[in-house]
Amino acid sequence: MPDRPGLSDSRMVLEIAGLSKSFGSVRAADNILLAVREGEALGIIGPNGAGKSSLFNLITGDLVPDAGEIRLNGRDVTRMPPHRRCKLGIARSYQIPHPFENLTVFENLLVGAAFGQDKHERDVADLCGQVLERTGLLHRANIPAGSLTLLERKRLELARALATGPQVLLLDEIAGGLTEAEIADLVATIREINASGTTIVWIEHVVAALLAVVTRLIVLNFGSKIAEGEPQAVMNSKEVRDIYTGIEA
Amino acid sequence: MQQPRYRIETAVEATRIFAFAGIGLVVVLVLLPFFAGRGLVQDLIFVFYMLALAQLWNLLAGYAGLVSVGQQAFVGLGGYMLFAFTVYGGIDPLLAIVLAGVVAFLLAFPTALVVFRLRGAYFAIGTWVVAEVYRLVFAQVKPLGGGTGTSLSVGVINGLFGIDFLREVFGLRTSLARDMVMYWTALALAVGTVLVVYFLLRSRRGLGLAAIRDSEVAAESVGVDSFRTKLWVYVLTAGITGMVGALIYLQTARISPDAAFSVLQWTAYVIFIVVIGGIGTIEGPIVGVLIFYLLQNYLAGFGTWYLILLGALAIVIMLFAPSGIWGYVSARFNLVLFPLRRRLVRLNTEKVDSGE
Ligand SMILES: Nc1ncnc2c1ncn2[C@@H]1O[C@H](COP(=O)(O)OP(=O)(O)OP(=O)(O)O)[C@@H](O)[C@H]1O
Ligand SMILES: [Mg+2]
Repeated sequence: MPDRPGLSDSRMVLEIAGLSKSFGSVRAADNILLAVREGEALGIIGPNGAGKSSLFNLITGDLVPDAGEIRLNGRDVTRMPPHRRCKLGIARSYQIPHPFENLTVFENLLVGAAFGQDKHERDVADLCGQVLERTGLLHRANIPAGSLTLLERKRLELARALATGPQVLLLDEIAGGLTEAEIADLVATIREINASGTTIVWIEHVVAALLAVVTRLIVLNFGSKIAEGEPQAVMNSKEVRDIYTGIEA
Repeated sequence: MQQPRYRIETAVEATRIFAFAGIGLVVVLVLLPFFAGRGLVQDLIFVFYMLALAQLWNLLAGYAGLVSVGQQAFVGLGGYMLFAFTVYGGIDPLLAIVLAGVVAFLLAFPTALVVFRLRGAYFAIGTWVVAEVYRLVFAQVKPLGGGTGTSLSVGVINGLFGIDFLREVFGLRTSLARDMVMYWTALALAVGTVLVVYFLLRSRRGLGLAAIRDSEVAAESVGVDSFRTKLWVYVLTAGITGMVGALIYLQTARISPDAAFSVLQWTAYVIFIVVIGGIGTIEGPIVGVLIFYLLQNYLAGFGTWYLILLGALAIVIMLFAPSGIWGYVSARFNLVLFPLRRRLVRLNTEKVDSGE
């Protein structure tokens, strides 16, 4: 462990600089600069098509940027394939769930745990069981993931990502469609994960849920970061009000 | 403090019974040539090597999503390597089969380098083109018969390991002893292939393969190296396919580029077997090869009509039972002979603690 001069100087897990990606004339990421501190919970908001999911895809390696750099714990991962970034500690949920449909719920987690942590299957049974308990999927453990409801699939996305034992967890809209009570549950779960040391980056349209967890918020629009800072302050800022009144109107 | 603990379980009760039945069946098959007629023994050699090829193609296409129509490249390569090793290397044919497999395994790497750049339908076409290149290359090799082919001398075949032993101990004629050795080799390859595929799928790599099959993107996102996993499946199947090819041409004792690299014989029939039996299961190709054998036995005399019938049957099955005959049966009766499911079982902690 390197010496830490002080708490305020806590390490950066994720550093992004000059990151750009275009699809034809659409700019999904436009010169993005962003650093995520170890252990923090960062929220991302922005209108539809702002480039939020694209940013995740660039961080995980599902997309290769046109320009810019991504560092994980100081190490350049910009050109690394997704599976290697996962082994280095990045895990994600997909906005549109991608379960392994022909595998059971438990086997979905088993893939994450055995590959993400490079361990033998029998050594991760306990871990998978605990993640299933924590995410409320234990009673579904041995049924095919293809037979889950949409909400359960979203929970499976979270569970499978957790099973990889991530250092940074990227969550892409997992609260949509939940009831008040379910949101309260989810918020408690994510707080707990964060409290146990996992860094969280959370994209969410359900702002109330997001604000209950994150300590910092950024706003994306047309692929650019247009605001950043303390969540309440950002929510009250002119930039955000402009966008959201623009949408609501 | 109560910490719940978990365990993974794979086998089911019915499977243990099947495992014993399977071992019994293999024992019967091993002893069969002592009782059965020569015709049946030769037919079963054919069934065994087609079964091995079908299992391998199923692993490739049904599990790894690599729909190759060019596996004849490795059948032919294996066959030619057998000829090269036995005729020019003076090596025992059984050892030559293994070496042919090694050559096919090694050549699969550069082949993969070419075809893995292609996706989906282009991958299929690419594998076919590569197989054609193999055929054209071997047609140029004069010492191995060039475009017209060549035969194995009787001396080479009868030098086969074990023939002398069978002749002396059981007083068998050479031709009979030769059939028996080939029969056992084919049986070993078929059973070996089934076991290799089964244990591969039960391993961690097999779990990764199943994940890739459902979602390659998500599999990568949780740490599965999809390129390496697929490459591994490709070179492994190529190696064993090469061994099967070597055995096939040891038995026929005659090789030519057109036969050895035949897309109809070594890929189309194989796909037919897998599709009618049930793609993506180990049981499927076993069912498929038996049906194929029966059809071939009773209908092959009809020539072109036989091929049309095979094609029509495959289409009917794809339309009405896309998971094949085995898929239908296993869904209907909830039957699994080769269990791959990993079940999470919660242990009763108190019971464990009280000690047994
Ligand atoms: N693979 C792709 N090919 C082409 N265009 C894409 C691709 N992925 C994203 N885009 C485009 O990039 C822009 C940003 O998309 P992205 O999915 O990142 O938005 P988002 O902020 O996640 O939106 P939402 O809130 O609807 O999820 C959109 O205009 C989208 O159509
Ligand atoms: Mg999105």
